[in-house]
Amino acid sequence: MIPSLPRPLWLRVATVVFVAAFLVFLFLPLVTVAAFAFNDAAYPAPPWQGFTLDWFTGDESKGRTGLFKDQELMGSILTSLLVAAWVTLLSVVVGTTNAFLMERMRFRGQGLLSLMMLIPLVIPGVILGISILAFASRVADLLGDVFGWEAEFLRPGLPLVVLGQVSYLIAISTLTISARLKRFDRTLEEAAYNLGASRPAVLATITLPYLRPAMIGSAAIVFLMSFENFNTTLMLVGADSPLTVMMYGRMRDGATPVLNAVSVFLMVASAAIALLLMRGGAQGRR
Amino acid sequence: MSAPQDFDLEAKSALKRFGTHTAVDSLSFGVKRGSFFSILGPSGCGKTTLLRMIAGFIEPDGGDIEIGGRSQRGVAPNRRSVNMVFQQLALFPMMSVGENVAYGLARRGVGRAERDSKVRAMLERVGLPGAESKRTDELSGGQRQRVAIARSLVLEPTLLLLDEPLGALDLKLRERMKIELKQLQAAFGTTFVYITHDQSEALVLSDQVAVMNAGRFEQVGSPQELYYSPATPFVAGFVGANNRIEGRVSAVHGALVDVATPEGWVVRAQTQTGPDGRKPGVGDAASAFVRPEVAVLGRSAAELDLPPAAAPAPVHEGVVESLLFDGANSAVLLRETKTRAEFRVALPQTGRYADLKVDERVVFSFAPERAVCFATGGHG
Amino acid sequence: MVEASGTLTRRLLLWLLLAPALVWLLGLILLPHLDLALLSFRERTGPGEYAYSLAQYRTFFAEPLYWDVFVRTAVISLIATAITLLIAFPIAWTIAKLTQGRVSALLFAVCLIPFWVSETVRTLGWMILLRETGVLPGVLVSLGVTDAPVEMLYRDATILVGLVYTSLLFMVVPLYSSLESLDDSLIEAAYDLGGNGWTVLRTIVIPHAAPGITAGCIVVFMLTLGNYLTASLLGGKNSLWFTEQIYTQFITRFNWEQGAAFGFLLLLLSSLMVWIGLRLSGQKFADVMSRS
Repeated sequence: MIPSLPRPLWLRVATVVFVAAFLVFLFLPLVTVAAFAFNDAAYPAPPWQGFTLDWFTGDESKGRTGLFKDQELMGSILTSLLVAAWVTLLSVVVGTTNAFLMERMRFRGQGLLSLMMLIPLVIPGVILGISILAFASRVADLLGDVFGWEAEFLRPGLPLVVLGQVSYLIAISTLTISARLKRFDRTLEEAAYNLGASRPAVLATITLPYLRPAMIGSAAIVFLMSFENFNTTLMLVGADSPLTVMMYGRMRDGATPVLNAVSVFLMVASAAIALLLMRGGAQGRR
Repeated sequence: MSAPQDFDLEAKSALKRFGTHTAVDSLSFGVKRGSFFSILGPSGCGKTTLLRMIAGFIEPDGGDIEIGGRSQRGVAPNRRSVNMVFQQLALFPMMSVGENVAYGLARRGVGRAERDSKVRAMLERVGLPGAESKRTDELSGGQRQRVAIARSLVLEPTLLLLDEPLGALDLKLRERMKIELKQLQAAFGTTFVYITHDQSEALVLSDQVAVMNAGRFEQVGSPQELYYSPATPFVAGFVGANNRIEGRVSAVHGALVDVATPEGWVVRAQTQTGPDGRKPGVGDAASAFVRPEVAVLGRSAAELDLPPAAAPAPVHEGVVESLLFDGANSAVLLRETKTRAEFRVALPQTGRYADLKVDERVVFSFAPERAVCFATGGHG
Repeated sequence: MVEASGTLTRRLLLWLLLAPALVWLLGLILLPHLDLALLSFRERTGPGEYAYSLAQYRTFFAEPLYWDVFVRTAVISLIATAITLLIAFPIAWTIAKLTQGRVSALLFAVCLIPFWVSETVRTLGWMILLRETGVLPGVLVSLGVTDAPVEMLYRDATILVGLVYTSLLFMVVPLYSSLESLDDSLIEAAYDLGGNGWTVLRTIVIPHAAPGITAGCIVVFMLTLGNYLTASLLGGKNSLWFTEQIYTQFITRFNWEQGAAFGFLLLLLSSLMVWIGLRLSGQKFADVMSRS
């Protein structure tokens, strides 16, 4: 079981085989997707027709629309980036204020509130989506009836997508940032205060720098989860589709390997974020 | 008595209560400019509350605290000319050594160039020249301590508070840092207020020591005064090692009394006025305190080598219970022959009696003038 | 850090910090779900006219299609959760206890990598692998297992593969963290006292890992139940998955009342399972969630 205990040979072999099979299972779809991005064929299917970069760079002259020439796809990537940027900003800011609220304040109903903050994590994304869709429409109707305002941002569209994603991603950023604030040694604040720092200066020079790794970490996770979100987004999109919704539509219709090319692009981007995050994490531990 | 303007710190009936518990009980005292003042007491005696009150982290419920002659009522901690070395040092882990030392200067808006030169000079003075760019976790325990002190002293405070900074260090380093702290204080001339539960730190370091118990000062005095003339039974028991013999006064001989234990052992000691202003009289419950190094040991009465004293010293008999070898601090634990009362005697540095055996019969004695006796309770 | 300096500023600060939390929890969670409940108890009686009724729920129970899809979704989700647990446990155990240092860290990182990539991409991979013209049917033909390519998409088993694949991360991580905190000497002591592999697993390891197991199962069940992408792409054009019914009612047919009722039923089922999971393992919600 553990290194200090003897394990029979068959068990050790079985473990290695199982782990290897597991890894194949994990990477098979990804490798497949990546490989067919470079296949010189009209559809992402075997057999292998030879290597090409058409699905990245191709244009009308070749009869194939590559990723970089596909206005629709490139536009949806931009849309996703825009949404993710807003979602990240809101989630990290509110996650940070929530962390201070839960760790530094004492008030009645705090236990209930901290429980409430976990609830969004166990609500299926589709339901978050429809409930926000319905509620926003009702509020928009109300504003229209009472004040005659046309609250366009409460109708399906990117602002609603941002609200929908934020509704559960704040829970994640709150958990990460609170966990770090809980471990903070408060005498550091006292020491800074004692050395002549004002309260805002203590916050800016001691507490927030301490929280920075957790803020960066949760920003990366939230950004990624927003970029990848599908369930909630699908219910709230308007005219502009983020990438996942766009890809979904094309996958239903049977798409060209340009989708594989987007996927390769996403893998590279995710890897870059992961590497940045690990470096940030290494610095944060110092 | 010094004039009040010589005080860097003066407490006037400072009071702090937590619920029904009085942590600091109407304390008044002054700390002279440039002195090393220690507050010594067991944990829970209120010394940390007092220190945090001086730093401004706790507002007193009554009375006042003056620093540099100015009342600190309503003055926030970041506006007091008091700096503190925290128990766990509280060095900022996200900053380099240089940034730590420069922190207070930067908050005061001191320019970069001046800051850098002050930091450099200060690190040199504490024996860490060129350590600016080091990370705090690269330093040894002693070096971290010096950074914590440098960080405070660079602000030239009126008062430096130290909250048991040696508590976390191992024994060897603690001994060295004691000496280093004393030298630093002498070199800078800043007034140090040091709190500790370790009586050896307080005795070695301080010009003045206040022994604190249950929110009050039992005695304030030089280390020598505390050691040789404790004002209360608490001080006698807390400062240095002491044999405590409890019983009732059976006879009074001028300044000396005989204290008889319930088992019938009688020792003679000098009476001391207790905290209630009373001296023990015949029949009073009393405690006698005899330091192990005051007592002498011999295999026979003739061997006893007592210093010349005004009164004859009674000789007691005992058997060796156990030998406590500890280098220069070696001692022997005896039991008085008739009453089996425990008594500790320091062994002479000469190595004499190093060959004592358990159960060996010995005699011991001490000059009554060097033992103290307090009345401890009612007359009976 | 310091005693309250002026209760007024303190109260102001409290409200400033409380405001975003309340806007979030009331505006985006509590009120929308209350509204959803109200919506589901409504019936359209004429143009712009509504009345409260149980009609939406009656339709659900009266129409066998809805009811069947609901049960089917729940059962497949349960099976997917169980399979995920069975696959993830040995992996988490290997990472936490059988390997050490760099190997362990590397294995853990490798297990996380696929989940840095969008679910859409992973599903695309399975589609390319499994469809009739895809990789695996071709391999089976060339190995002589089948004569002609077999359509491997649009089967229940395919949905299960996709769901398990998507859920693995959410099971491995909580399992790993709870197994990692198990003191090796406890296992050694159990062996020393005469236990064998099976009894040690049952009496020491599983009780210790219970919070992690609960957390993983709750999250995985919730995610599979609410999954739309994998189920609809691997399950085919009219795969019978309950979230698709919700989507159809809400977006395609614009019958929000019916969609709200379906959504509420799904939420009820998911909450019920969370509650049962917590009861069975005797865990507290807050403890479990902070682990996942």
